[in-house]
Amino acid sequence: MEATGERFHLKPSRKREEKMISIFLVIALLNVVTILLCLYRAVVGPGVFNRVAAVNVIGTKTVVLLVIMGYIFERPLFVDIPLLYAMLNFIGTLVFAKYLERGELCSW
Amino acid sequence: MLLVNVIVTIFLAIGMFFMFIGAIGLLRFPDFYTRLHATGKCDTLGEGLIIVGLIIYHLFHYPGTSLATVKLLFLIIFIFIANPTAIHAIVKAAYRRGLKPWRWGEGRR
Repeated sequence: MEATGERFHLKPSRKREEKMISIFLVIALLNVVTILLCLYRAVVGPGVFNRVAAVNVIGTKTVVLLVIMGYIFERPLFVDIPLLYAMLNFIGTLVFAKYLERGELCSW
Repeated sequence: MLLVNVIVTIFLAIGMFFMFIGAIGLLRFPDFYTRLHATGKCDTLGEGLIIVGLIIYHLFHYPGTSLATVKLLFLIIFIFIANPTAIHAIVKAAYRRGLKPWRWGEGRR
């Protein structure tokens, strides 16, 4: 590996047998199952409020899924992406709540 | 198997349990408010536990790189502040729009 790629790929110090890749894969699959359960509420759920809430919950579960993915691929600096995703999910939910409450976004 | 791996596995299992309970509550409760009551707290606690387990894993398996640990800690703090706030904003918007709470004896909505 060349020197430029070495900075972004933190090398683990221990042997591969001592790591928990399979357990992380199981946790990620269970997380995907919970995302599918929430997706049912987002598709079927009566009314727009149920759908927005279900999409928010799916976003917060996706943050955990992205963090675990960074450890499955042995790249812990993947954690920047979940940080940004959490912020965007929060802002999007707040904007949607304001729009649904007032019927408009910008008024002065 | 290392002791640290056992501790991390316990943290991940408890966090995943809470997230499963939150998802089942989002499916099974009869009303919008009760659904968010179930899932707004369980998701926050489950994510916190899973990321605490990953912090322990990172401190043991990737020594000398504490930047990602600090970022994970910031992620926990941000989620603990932002997730209940977002749920509260949706619930307040629904209440101001006149969505009636569920009473005992009514059907599912």
